[in-house]
Amino acid sequence: MRRLLSVFAAAMCLSSPTQVRAEEPPVIAAAADLQFALTEIAERFTQETGRTVRLSFGSSGNFHRQIREGGPFEMYLSADESYVLDLAKEGLTRDEGALYAVGRIVLIVPPGSPLKVDGSLKDLAAALEAGSVKKFAIANPEHAPYGRAAQGALKAAGLWDKIKDKLVLGENVSQAAQFATSGSAQGGIIAYSLALSPKVSALGKYDLIPAEGHNPLRQRMVLTKKAGETAKAFYSFVQTPDARATFKRYGFVLPEEK
Amino acid sequence: MDWTALRLSLTLGLWTIAILLPLGIVVGQWLAWGRFRGKALAEAMLALPLVLPPTVLGYYLLVTLGAHSPLGQVFESLFGQGLVFSFSGLVVASVLVNLPFAIQPMQRAFEAIPSEVREAAACCGMSRWRMLIHIDLPLAWPGILTAMVLSFTHTLGEFGVVLMVGGSIPGETKTIAVAIYDRVQAFDDGAAGTMAALLLALSFATIGISYALTNRRQGR
Repeated sequence: MRRLLSVFAAAMCLSSPTQVRAEEPPVIAAAADLQFALTEIAERFTQETGRTVRLSFGSSGNFHRQIREGGPFEMYLSADESYVLDLAKEGLTRDEGALYAVGRIVLIVPPGSPLKVDGSLKDLAAALEAGSVKKFAIANPEHAPYGRAAQGALKAAGLWDKIKDKLVLGENVSQAAQFATSGSAQGGIIAYSLALSPKVSALGKYDLIPAEGHNPLRQRMVLTKKAGETAKAFYSFVQTPDARATFKRYGFVLPEEK
Repeated sequence: MDWTALRLSLTLGLWTIAILLPLGIVVGQWLAWGRFRGKALAEAMLALPLVLPPTVLGYYLLVTLGAHSPLGQVFESLFGQGLVFSFSGLVVASVLVNLPFAIQPMQRAFEAIPSEVREAAACCGMSRWRMLIHIDLPLAWPGILTAMVLSFTHTLGEFGVVLMVGGSIPGETKTIAVAIYDRVQAFDDGAAGTMAALLLALSFATIGISYALTNRRQGR
């Protein structure tokens, strides 16, 4: 019994998150399309400054809600700028932040799928008619900006009503990519930045979907009111030429180029 | 392999059973020996997390503990941080989810103590506290241990509530179960596989222990 109690006492000492919070690396909420690009940028940041950040990837809409509910995030990189501007209006951020990238979407098709890798979605239309598409993955349009862009592109191509019942919805675009390439779906629409990463490009072929077909994925980042020194340094770092080159390599259009 | 997540899960498990051990003993005895109106209702309420979808519990916790709720605001003004998306919030959620796993085995163990033994002790003038130390706990310990083992393992595996109430913050709320989900989304099957195998082994070991204890008790 006494030994058991001492184990508990040790556990208590191990874990007093409230007191050590001050020195802990800041938590950064990042849209799932940044999964690979931002991880690289964060590694560079640590190499150069010796400071670390904790990255949490998910859907922009969920983070938006979590920040409103008092989540401990010091910086927020959204895939849809309206979420950031919304938080700014509510006074939860330091300012309106900065546009850091514009995202693109691709059609991705795993090996063995009857679909052709055709970003114009014409072949998808034909395959839907032929009934060879059983499952098609996109991110949830309700709270994932890339899901909304995919929905926009499918609507613009006149395919939404036909494909609606065949959709598998990822909680965020990274999960949609995982669904699309799992082999259990015939394809999906995901972020170009994910398709370009070696891990994903090994699992399927992809083709860019014309940007005119959907609302632009204007991605905005912002420091929240909780931001400390490390978060501020990281915010500046993400805007350096070094970091911008990484974004570019992952297929993002940089704001000035627009 | 995400060691931070594993450490976080183990810490969360220890906190959970540290809170549930005294709570379970008190409530378990109360349910085992108490005769009062609404006992069935109390038992049903405490068993509810067994059948309640984790998202339902997660939803109510978000609503009652969130930054916009009175309770969340009181907590934030006291401790400077909210309950939702924090480790403390996970402890609260975990204790609630594990109530039946902790209380039911203890209740059964206390019920199995022959009433003559306790009556005899009471006749000899033993105080309740001394009865607890010298009679109840020594006779009920396999049940208590089972309760702790089950709650601890169940905490390691809890996913839905943790994701809803905790988000997925590295070192704060990203438990090992959430880390597996996260690694699958990051196309990191290697790490996901290692962690899944570890949880499988841990779960098997603990459930094995609890079955061994139950058999031993019945074999007597």
